[in-house]
Amino acid sequence: MDYEPVIGLEVHVHLKTKTKAFCGCSTEFGKEPNSCVCPVCLGFPGSLPVLNKVALDYAIKVALALNCKVQGYTKFDRKNYFYPDLPKNYQISQYDLPLSKDGFLDIYLQDKFKRIGIQRVHIEEDAGKLIHKDDVSLVDFNRSGIPLLEIVSEPHINSAQESYEYLTTLKSIIQYLGVSDCDMEKGSLRCDANISVKKKGAQELGTKTELKNMNSFKAVKDALAFEIERQSELLNSGKTVVHETRLWDAKELKTISMRTKEEAKDYRYFPEPDLAPFVIKTDKIEDIRKTIPELPREKMLRFIKEYGLSEYDAKILINSREGADYAQNCIEIYPDKDKKIVVNWITGPLLSEANNRNCGLSDLKVSPKDLVELVNSVEKQEISNLSAKSVLTEMIETGKPPTSIIKDKNLIQISDSDILNDIAQKAIEENPDSVNDYKCGKTNALMFLVGQAMKKSKGKANPKTIQEILKRRLADA
Amino acid sequence: MEELIKLTAHELLERLNNKEITSEEIYSALQKRIKEVDSKVRAYVRLDKIDELTNQRTKEPGNKLKGIPVSIKDNICTEGYNTECCSKILEGFRPPYDATVIKKLKEAGASILNAKANMDEFAFGSSTENSFFGPTHNPWNLECVPGGSSGGCAAAVAADEAILALGSDTGGSIRQPASFCGVVGLKPTYGRVSRYGLIAFASSLDQIGPITKDVRDNALLMSCICGYDPLDSTSVNTGVPDYTKVLVNDVKGIKIGIPKEYFIEGLDSEVKSALEESINKLKTLGAEYKEVSLPHTEYAVPVYYIIATAEASSNLARFDGVQYGLRVDKTESLIDMYKKTREAGFGNEAKRRIILGTFALSHGYYDAYYLRALKVRTLIKQDFDAVFKELDCIITPTSPTPAFKIGEKIDEPLKMYLSDIYTISANLAGIPAISIPCGFTKRGLPVGLQILAKPFDEETLFRVAYTFEQNTPWHKMKPKI
Repeated sequence: MDYEPVIGLEVHVHLKTKTKAFCGCSTEFGKEPNSCVCPVCLGFPGSLPVLNKVALDYAIKVALALNCKVQGYTKFDRKNYFYPDLPKNYQISQYDLPLSKDGFLDIYLQDKFKRIGIQRVHIEEDAGKLIHKDDVSLVDFNRSGIPLLEIVSEPHINSAQESYEYLTTLKSIIQYLGVSDCDMEKGSLRCDANISVKKKGAQELGTKTELKNMNSFKAVKDALAFEIERQSELLNSGKTVVHETRLWDAKELKTISMRTKEEAKDYRYFPEPDLAPFVIKTDKIEDIRKTIPELPREKMLRFIKEYGLSEYDAKILINSREGADYAQNCIEIYPDKDKKIVVNWITGPLLSEANNRNCGLSDLKVSPKDLVELVNSVEKQEISNLSAKSVLTEMIETGKPPTSIIKDKNLIQISDSDILNDIAQKAIEENPDSVNDYKCGKTNALMFLVGQAMKKSKGKANPKTIQEILKRRLADA
Repeated sequence: MEELIKLTAHELLERLNNKEITSEEIYSALQKRIKEVDSKVRAYVRLDKIDELTNQRTKEPGNKLKGIPVSIKDNICTEGYNTECCSKILEGFRPPYDATVIKKLKEAGASILNAKANMDEFAFGSSTENSFFGPTHNPWNLECVPGGSSGGCAAAVAADEAILALGSDTGGSIRQPASFCGVVGLKPTYGRVSRYGLIAFASSLDQIGPITKDVRDNALLMSCICGYDPLDSTSVNTGVPDYTKVLVNDVKGIKIGIPKEYFIEGLDSEVKSALEESINKLKTLGAEYKEVSLPHTEYAVPVYYIIATAEASSNLARFDGVQYGLRVDKTESLIDMYKKTREAGFGNEAKRRIILGTFALSHGYYDAYYLRALKVRTLIKQDFDAVFKELDCIITPTSPTPAFKIGEKIDEPLKMYLSDIYTISANLAGIPAISIPCGFTKRGLPVGLQILAKPFDEETLFRVAYTFEQNTPWHKMKPKI
């Protein structure tokens, strides 16, 4: 029988504030353990929280970007549970009056957008980090009190791939806003998933499991794919799904049961008495709304419309705000009406260089002006495509403009037919076997000879011209 | 020298200003007195620290308090000095910071006693019997309790073992012991004094306040500690008057309400008659009276014991043996460590309240208990709002009885809880209230009178209290000890 998955994602994002949510400690990542702490984030007796206003502004910004209704009246609550990384043994969170709710996010699937509801976006504080060593456990409270946004989706996600798209879209929106790095490796973005499967078309939902311990977007996708399979198989063989929390095992590529017993979690939420409920004025919300930049979805549609880009290219370019700005600058100054050529350079060689270096397009030392100049040189057949790629690599490494590299390395493409004739002649003389092969009908041999000729010219020969010359000479010979 | 310790802070300040005495003389007289009588009263804990004093007298002592020593309840954090809430679970805890009130006192030139005043563990109690260090004795009758939870502060002030003291009040913990010991105790408006550095019992009810020998001292100490604190989000950013300037001997035209719900069964007849005399006294001084009704008074005790214990159960969760205080080692697991540490570290009353509070917040009970209690709390506040629309203040007994015997109620928590029946409404409503001495029983135990006013109107409290005091002898009485 065919089953349809029903998935909801719960994402936690670190807000990139300078100081923690309720005290003045630094939020810097990677500092010596317990060096960014104070009585408040250590939960010392007598200490009291004071809300970081910047964290609130950032949270409102994200909520608005996710089309949520920011609530005029909101409050904090205590979520009570004992764990050594939680210094007060309660977490300051939001329960029944979250900062915002009822939003949505459009994800792009092949050729259309799908709308995923956002149940709520609220602020809470992060816990510390446990480090287990031999027979002791240590706690690092540097992370304790860092502001977190909890973003809870509606169960509108219906495949592992959709969850992946949801996460990349969400990450890109939050990065556009500049309020979080969303770096899963550094723990600044974490994701848990709720998943159940139901018979295709059925109204009634199946029993769900909660998945944890996914450390990358791909892990989320893999864990969900595994879980969809696992639950479907259980149901197909007449068994039932147990309501439980399961951990993703990235080595074994499977989910394993964390708690088999169905424990009723009782966090005993109640209003945080140390922080009075507060009112967010409409003016403030509108002021923050004005600071929201053009978001990925709008940018993508604009790129398609204004620059005639394909959806595929547009989607790649808008992935990060900086990258999109970079691409836009290149496109704007590229003289040709057909932007495809310069875009291909960006989505092709430049992006792969960036990926190899694990950085963004704009982090490479290539100014839009230099890139466009390089592309122009190729278009004007001043240098070969092959040379251009090596020039690009050098531009990235040295930051030099393409003209000087081309000049220094003497890479101007040879289109002079006398020189090219000599080169072709030598290639023919040195490779009699290939010449024979060609004459026997092996057309591939021509490409080999072109390659040899290119090599002789140190890549500077105009490949089209040399091919024509070779073809002619071989026919004559 | 002997008589220095009998003086109030304002009397001492006058002599300091006239250079008749030095602050060192005051302190050594106080030390001597404590060493003489504290073996009987037991107002202080960790008495070995009595020879140490902290102040910031780098050059000149601050003008307001000029080196006058202040005694501090054991739940207010003092940097580098043990602050243990008289609980085993905080054994050895030395806060790395000063509470805001301590900072302010130091800025005002006060010296801080490093031996702390005894209290019921985590302020859970009305008799100071729940202290890990054992009970404090009432200086007026050593067989009696001093009240609680700030019993150490009140007893110390009454026995001239303290010039000024800072206590905390969650349901009457300043006023009830002040009443039992015949001294002046103020619970300020919620938000008037910073709670930063006060180890929380019930965050929405706690306030720090002064316990002193007379009303002028109370106004003086209050002026030093109050005001907005950016470290306490619940402190209110509103102007603070100099309370010492509002002390006028005049209540003409002041409209006072007497709530009928407070003069009921259970009110000791001697307390009742002391109150009636006091009311007549104020009447002759020109105050106007009116009987009023606070209809939701009967729910104050149950509402309080739900809200206060719920908050306490969460506030006390941090005492788990992980970072500071007691940890029971040699345990099998994390949960085992939590359990054994908390079992060994908390006293019976603390355990009782943690369990009660945890229950009240539990799934399935929250709506019936905590949520409903919050609603009734609003009704109680509205009762007061309605009265204060027409009247300036309300007068009630502070406690239904005078000090009771040590051990008399310790096994009957419900009876003990009723000892706060007149004080807890002020905490639930967030309004200021003061207890001043208003007479004595035949057996020589002090009786206290409570005045309540609208939020942030401590001025009226001080004015009425001061006028009453100026026209009665009670505050001058000293226990023979």
